[in-house]
Amino acid sequence: MPEKKIRVLIAKPGLDGHDRGAKVIARALRDAGMEVIYTGLRQTPEMIASAAIQEDVDVIGLSILSGAHNTICARLMDLLRAKGMTDVTVLIGGIIPEADIADLKKSGIAEIFLPGTTTQAIVDFIRQRVAAAHPGA
Amino acid sequence: MTDEKARKVASAPAFESPRKPSPAERAWEENTLKPTLAKSPDRAADFTTVSSYPIQRLYTEADLADSNPERDLGAPGEPPYTRGIHPAMYRDRLWTMRQFAGFGSAEDTNRRFRYLLSQGQTGLSVAFDLPTLMGYDSDHPLAEGEVGKCGVAISSLADMEALFDQIPLADVTTSMTINSPAAPIWAMYLAVAEKQGADWRKISGTLQNDILKEYIAQKEYIYPPEPSLRIVTDTIEFGAKHTPKFNPISISGYHIREAGSTAIQELAFTLRDGIEYVEHCLRRGMQVDDFAPRLSFFFNAHNDFFEELAKYRAARRIWQNVMRERFGAKNPRSWALRFHSQTAGCSLTAQQPYNNVVRTAVQALAAVLGGTQSLHTNSLDEAWALPTESAATIALRTQQIIAYESGVTNTADPFGGSYFVETLTNEVERGARDYIEKIDALGGMVAAIERGFPQREIADAAYRYQVAVDRKEKIVVGVNDYVVNEKPIETLHIDDTLAGRQGDRLRKLRADRSNAEVERRLNSLRHAAVGDDNLMPHLFEAVKAYATLGEICDALRQPFGVYQEVAIT
Repeated sequence: MPEKKIRVLIAKPGLDGHDRGAKVIARALRDAGMEVIYTGLRQTPEMIASAAIQEDVDVIGLSILSGAHNTICARLMDLLRAKGMTDVTVLIGGIIPEADIADLKKSGIAEIFLPGTTTQAIVDFIRQRVAAAHPGA
Repeated sequence: MTDEKARKVASAPAFESPRKPSPAERAWEENTLKPTLAKSPDRAADFTTVSSYPIQRLYTEADLADSNPERDLGAPGEPPYTRGIHPAMYRDRLWTMRQFAGFGSAEDTNRRFRYLLSQGQTGLSVAFDLPTLMGYDSDHPLAEGEVGKCGVAISSLADMEALFDQIPLADVTTSMTINSPAAPIWAMYLAVAEKQGADWRKISGTLQNDILKEYIAQKEYIYPPEPSLRIVTDTIEFGAKHTPKFNPISISGYHIREAGSTAIQELAFTLRDGIEYVEHCLRRGMQVDDFAPRLSFFFNAHNDFFEELAKYRAARRIWQNVMRERFGAKNPRSWALRFHSQTAGCSLTAQQPYNNVVRTAVQALAAVLGGTQSLHTNSLDEAWALPTESAATIALRTQQIIAYESGVTNTADPFGGSYFVETLTNEVERGARDYIEKIDALGGMVAAIERGFPQREIADAAYRYQVAVDRKEKIVVGVNDYVVNEKPIETLHIDDTLAGRQGDRLRKLRADRSNAEVERRLNSLRHAAVGDDNLMPHLFEAVKAYATLGEICDALRQPFGVYQEVAIT
């Protein structure tokens, strides 16, 4: 039986249009054999949460460089909890000040990848998380 | 041959005639180089620029066999301007040190501006927050969490008045990095100038106002390309009549490069955007020499020193040729490409952030040696957050050290005549011209954007670069080599209460102004938008009545529609 592909939603929330990182990661995860859905620009937390449900993803990757991460992530995590999506792994990539990282992790963000992270490190992290969430799968 | 190798060979420069080394060079290769390589081989199989452009072991007169210095270089201040657009270059006047700044409220940014001016900065450059860049007021639902975060929040003329409080617009030059809502923001600036009694014919500065690169790279667009280009043409036409010293547009490669393009793509797409704007102005019935002298450009200053140098020199040579041959411009000021430059934000690392000071210095040096007219140097902490005052000060000092201590300003185009620099300049020019021809064949830049051509080229280059870094084919110090554990640095924190205060301010503004007057002005704007009046006078009247930026952009969203891209991944 073929192994089930890991499904990832790459989302670009907020008003920012700098999508280099989101697109590079989308391509790298796809090259690593994952199923990647890219939302496109300017997604609200509501749009991201419903896309995650609809696409039944294992992972949501948020690309945020604008400084709006605290507001966006708090709302998205609330929505995911309200919709019962507690097993989805949420990651952030982008420009995130050190001072905000602990609180973001406390809110349920699994990991924050800063500039300079290799795509392999992200691929490895996702594989480990998904394997841990579905043991024996 | 591996696929990778085949790709590299295919992208190698095609020389017009095969390289014919001199007998002396052949003898050197045989008698000196070969024995050395036998003992100590090269560190790598290929040597390439940061854009993956192949670089030879050595450049000699054999590489310039087809060149003619009089034709290809000329003298500084003379066509083709390869050696710079001013005869004396930095001996009579240094470049403008223009640090991009903006965060929080208009008052916060006003304080940073006055600090930077007191420290010897010579021009202002405004960074706007994302709601402003997207044409939303600070109290719009989509503005939540973004107000004042990556620039200053400007929702009305009242904010613009606070931004320039105690800064005489007659005496400073101001650059404003704004695109889709550039026209109403410029109208606000002109209204402040008028209130201060500054003569519009004497004020100077630059509006970025380059919508095409938004569709290509930065993605901060509101309306579709055609109405957007109409607004840009309106501003260029208005500027030619009323503000002869103001650059109504800064045709920008910076963001194209930040999105991951190569140096050649940055140059080609930027110049092709410039051609598109000129064509729109000509279609409007303007004469090329009436507006072309005020077209300005903005390029990135990335890590690869010589590639950047070649890019700036090639940019001037191509543009003078385009203006003369393609558009028949007669005024030499129309031929001369003036540009601002900014060091590469995407090259900054979160790791070991003090290393960014060194990267920025090398990049800034390339921009200066490439003949820039103004320069922004990034701060060391920008892979973490907006810069602190002390980080921004080091960035400004970097420029001052280059200007006053390094000696590179003593002579024009110090690298002119270098075998390597001249060859690379020729090759970058050829690469850019090939792209320009390709886009011409696609029917112009708007058609190319609609087909996703530049977007796809950039996405491919960005991915190739990331793969090269991941495989350690390209070393980034502190990131994929020379890694250490380190303590975090202090970063600037933006006050989260600003959105609330901006909301209060907007409520008060809407209560205090004449809403009937605002409605009347917005109606006249809507009316003008469906006709073919120049929008600038209508925008000017609307902002003076304290219509907000969001109200104005909404008034135009109705007739123009909004743009949605098809994402290319």
